[in-house]
Amino acid sequence: MSAALLETRGLRKNFGALTVADDIDFRLERGARQALIGPNGAGKTSFVHLVTGALVPSGGRILLDGADVTGMPQAARVKRGIARTFQITALFRRLTTLENVTLALAERDGVAGDFLRPAGRHRRLIDEGFALLASLGLAEDALRPVGTLAYGRQRLVEIAIALGLSPKVLLLDEPAAGVPSAETGLIVGVIERLPPDIAVLIIEHDMDLVFRLARRITVLMQGRILTEGAPEAIAEDPRVRQVYLGERAAR
Amino acid sequence: MATARLVRTGVRPAETPAEAFARRHRYRPLEALPWAAALAAFALFPDYLPLGAQILATILFALSADLVLGYAGIVTLGHAAFFGTGAYTAGILAAHGWGEPLTGLLAAALAAALIGFVSGLVVLRTSGLTLLMQTLVVASLLYEAANKASFITGGDDGLQGMHVWPIFGAFAFDLFGRTAYLYCLAVLFLCWWLARRIVHSPFGRSLTGIRENVLRMHAIGAPVMQRRLVIYTISAAFAGIAGALVAQTTQLVGLSTLSLDRSGTVLIMLILGGVGRLYGAFIGVPLYMIAQDRFSQVDPVYWYFWIGLLMVLVVMFARGGVLGLVERLRR
Amino acid sequence: MSEALSAATSILFHGVAFAMVLYLISVGLSVTMGLMGFVNLAHGVFAMLGGYVLTTLMSRCGVPFGGAVAAAAIAAAMASVPIERLLYRRFYGGEELDQVLLTMGLVFMSVAAATYFWGPLQQPMRPPAWLNRPIGLGSRSFPGYRSFLILCGAGLVTLLWLGLERTRFGMRIRAAVDNLRMAQSVGINTSRLFTLAFALGSGLAGLGGALGADLLAVNPTYALENLVYFLIVVAVGGLGSIRGPFVAALLIGIADTGFKYLLPELGAFFIYALTMAILLWRPRGLFGRA
Repeated sequence: MSAALLETRGLRKNFGALTVADDIDFRLERGARQALIGPNGAGKTSFVHLVTGALVPSGGRILLDGADVTGMPQAARVKRGIARTFQITALFRRLTTLENVTLALAERDGVAGDFLRPAGRHRRLIDEGFALLASLGLAEDALRPVGTLAYGRQRLVEIAIALGLSPKVLLLDEPAAGVPSAETGLIVGVIERLPPDIAVLIIEHDMDLVFRLARRITVLMQGRILTEGAPEAIAEDPRVRQVYLGERAAR
Repeated sequence: MATARLVRTGVRPAETPAEAFARRHRYRPLEALPWAAALAAFALFPDYLPLGAQILATILFALSADLVLGYAGIVTLGHAAFFGTGAYTAGILAAHGWGEPLTGLLAAALAAALIGFVSGLVVLRTSGLTLLMQTLVVASLLYEAANKASFITGGDDGLQGMHVWPIFGAFAFDLFGRTAYLYCLAVLFLCWWLARRIVHSPFGRSLTGIRENVLRMHAIGAPVMQRRLVIYTISAAFAGIAGALVAQTTQLVGLSTLSLDRSGTVLIMLILGGVGRLYGAFIGVPLYMIAQDRFSQVDPVYWYFWIGLLMVLVVMFARGGVLGLVERLRR
Repeated sequence: MSEALSAATSILFHGVAFAMVLYLISVGLSVTMGLMGFVNLAHGVFAMLGGYVLTTLMSRCGVPFGGAVAAAAIAAAMASVPIERLLYRRFYGGEELDQVLLTMGLVFMSVAAATYFWGPLQQPMRPPAWLNRPIGLGSRSFPGYRSFLILCGAGLVTLLWLGLERTRFGMRIRAAVDNLRMAQSVGINTSRLFTLAFALGSGLAGLGGALGADLLAVNPTYALENLVYFLIVVAVGGLGSIRGPFVAALLIGIADTGFKYLLPELGAFFIYALTMAILLWRPRGLFGRA
């Protein structure tokens, strides 16, 4: 059994009487393509916040590549190789697409604190940023303010920024949310072509996407893991079918 | 079609987007304009040099505010705290036997930077209204302190008895304001050059990220509080130098250097010129101060009214100020 | 000993009266800032308007106190409606800097307008004789008008609390402050709610400005002079709350009166230091939402 890149042990989070994470034991292996599904309010996004450090847990531990990061602030965890995208696009709207990506690259390489040399001198970073955009099909939008891009392409930029951090673990929070169905193909294509050694966790509601992209599915209900397993097993699981009865019926 | 989009963003033919992006920091010929104008004014308006020196010093003040407001996105109503600290530092030194101007500037910068750093530790933890309040409170605290410590500061009457020595022992401050003007111009040039380097550096770019989306900055591993503290301190130092320039060239320091009025008017001047574009200060400050010099004598009541109305109109229709309008016209 | 007690009682009494005026004026600001997320630095203008209406009606038109006070509150409330609908509305959810500059511009215009219509001098206000009779309590006597102010403040906070907790209007406000999108999705007409809340808040400010016209001098720079105090009460109390500003106003009012009486050399210094300390400890204010 390979060592997990991301692991939580007994992870808990309470907001007073409300429990959003209830004793979660979770593993994400190297090279994983895993999906986290569950009804609204199951605590999926909270889980991402807890793992990335945006939320402080009430109990339990979080391990990243074997190291305990439970007490570490968000920025420190990013340096250790965890990156995320946001459910609602969180980009630097008035900055250009290339700028959005190079900001992340500069942070990754630790040059972002340099305040006397012009940013333009860091050609390596700029070229890498441009190449990253090109690999996602965003080359022609490089110098446009990212806020002017079509929403689907903005979601791609989200992923580009996260990839720019050269993460070991990539958390995609509803990457296709709000994207018109004509444009979801782009996003799916990008996710399919992600580097194989990155561990990827996708939170999604769109079951078509989940079954297409995930090799393993974790089902979250009211802050607890209901069940985990291969997509076919999950699809057959009666408890899962009950939870998703509405969606199943619609299909 | 793709080329058309690229051309609009300033890419030269036979240049890749990456190359265009990388040369943003290079000096453009238009940037020599403010300095040429300043030298021309020196030659053409010998009677207005004292006002000119004040304008130059205030441009530096507005530039410092732009770093914090336009680049880092920190909305402050208390920037005069640093201006006044610098003014009083230089003033107190000059009134108590040490009138050397350049070391006075340095001392002012250090004092203001210290106040900036310490207040930044408190203020920059917060956001929104609380941050605004804290900046206001810091400035008010200093105002009250200066008011009550009248044995050092002269209180309400202002600091008197300043005696500033000639620069480098040779250039004395004359009645016509020639030395003062060139002195302020030189200091402004130096500080502008520094500010420009900062703005175009990776640090400066990360500030715009903090302004645009703090959440995102955290998620890419940026030490946000640290960055804001650094720019706040640097900005305070520049504001302190501006205050010292005013003190040294007028040989007077009053409580108004710490007032809400001073903090507010620097915002107005910046907004007029255009926030976050480095040169907004160079346009907004002369416009405001020359207009004020002309019109507020005539009827101070009307001046207040028209400035108020101008602010409302600018915010409603011309958010980017003069530079913003120019940008829109170019498109 | 009894002299110290006497001084303490006096400070407490005058401090609370001052606090009530601050509260009347600031509570509207707290609610609208919490509701619309709009930094309104021009709130003091409505208080100023109330003060001018009262003093003008009483001294130049001979209107009795009660009527003048009502007129002041109504005038302020009515004046707020076009400003909210035509100007402020465009900037809800917008950039903070825009809101700061817009409202500062309005303050400047108000200074000029007030000077134009009423001149630069302070408008004196004499509380009506029937209210200003000293009230005896045990061996001490208290100025009647200040007692009236205290009663007004206490009465108002009770009314407001009841209104917020017991009426449908209050319920809608609470819902909108809590979660605007949810409130909209359950069918609350937030746009009309904002206008009404803003009018109510401004009317209260006008009331405070009128009643407090002898405590906070009515002159053209009113909105600028007192801005910091109104903002302090709101920031320390917490946005979107009606209890918060009450407690904050009491704190600030009593502290301010106390320090000015006991340590006048230090002036308002301690108020600012106190504000800073409180905001450091509780950045959202004493009763603000986390």
